[in-house]
Amino acid sequence: MSQANAHSHDHGHHDQESLKQFGFWLFMITDVILFATLFATFVVLRGNTASGPIGAELIEMNGIIVSTFILLTSSFTSGLALLSMNKGDKKGLILWLAVSALLGLSFIYLEVNEFIHLVHEGANIGTSAYWSAFFTLVGTHGLHVSIGIVWMTAIIFQIAKRGITPVTKRKVNIISLYWHFLDAVWIFVFSIVYLMEVM
Amino acid sequence: MASQNHSHEETGHTHGSLKSYIIGFVLSIVLTIIPLVAVMNDMFNKSTTIVIILVTAVLQFLVQLLFFMHIREEDKPRYNSISLIFAILLLLTIVIGSIWIMTYNQVAV
Repeated sequence: MSQANAHSHDHGHHDQESLKQFGFWLFMITDVILFATLFATFVVLRGNTASGPIGAELIEMNGIIVSTFILLTSSFTSGLALLSMNKGDKKGLILWLAVSALLGLSFIYLEVNEFIHLVHEGANIGTSAYWSAFFTLVGTHGLHVSIGIVWMTAIIFQIAKRGITPVTKRKVNIISLYWHFLDAVWIFVFSIVYLMEVM
Repeated sequence: MASQNHSHEETGHTHGSLKSYIIGFVLSIVLTIIPLVAVMNDMFNKSTTIVIILVTAVLQFLVQLLFFMHIREEDKPRYNSISLIFAILLLLTIVIGSIWIMTYNQVAV
């Protein structure tokens, strides 16, 4: 109830911004469906390796474990960015967004290295149904993270220029939701693609 | 768990506190380490390990939703929660339905 009162004072503009935030939430719902189909495909095809290499032989868990903790931390720091924003701390907001984006960048760096390693070992996207499903699922997540990094960088520049306004506030809220969402997707990639493969 | 949720609710109007983010972060690290240790040390048999991996993954998803995405702090009507439940319903239908069909239709193997 106190929440409703606190929000009602800047009504018109605020409602538009929260509606846009809900619109983004609905986009994430459709993204859940996209990842659901990719996970379903992977789980169904995980046995079809066409006598080629299997994941357990080639996957190097050390790199995967490191990137998992990098993405977890990144999700946390994007939350800290939100806290700084709610306190009106522009410097803190930019700092934590930058830390999140850099952690995301190191995640992508590790992922690209992993893919190069796999291709060198003879497992590319056309090797077998297993590897097609693997690269499509893991690659789609990596693409999402890459887009998020570009997007986050753009928001950092916009905040540096315009400061914390209702519009930039909404954008930070949305990117941090997106970032938590990507971390949640990665938890399932880590569990179902990697942990279940090497166990 | 109940007391944590309670304190979380009290800080609801500020859209999360530092405390709730730190609790969420620590929980998600613990929930990552548990299946990792179980898998790397071959501590349990295959089906037990699968259950541990899935349960900790779902719990960690809930941690993200409650402590990071603040799903509990939503104003009524709860459009976000309802659309999320719809998404989970679709997700389970697609994933479990595909596995179910393909388990009894392994023509390629």
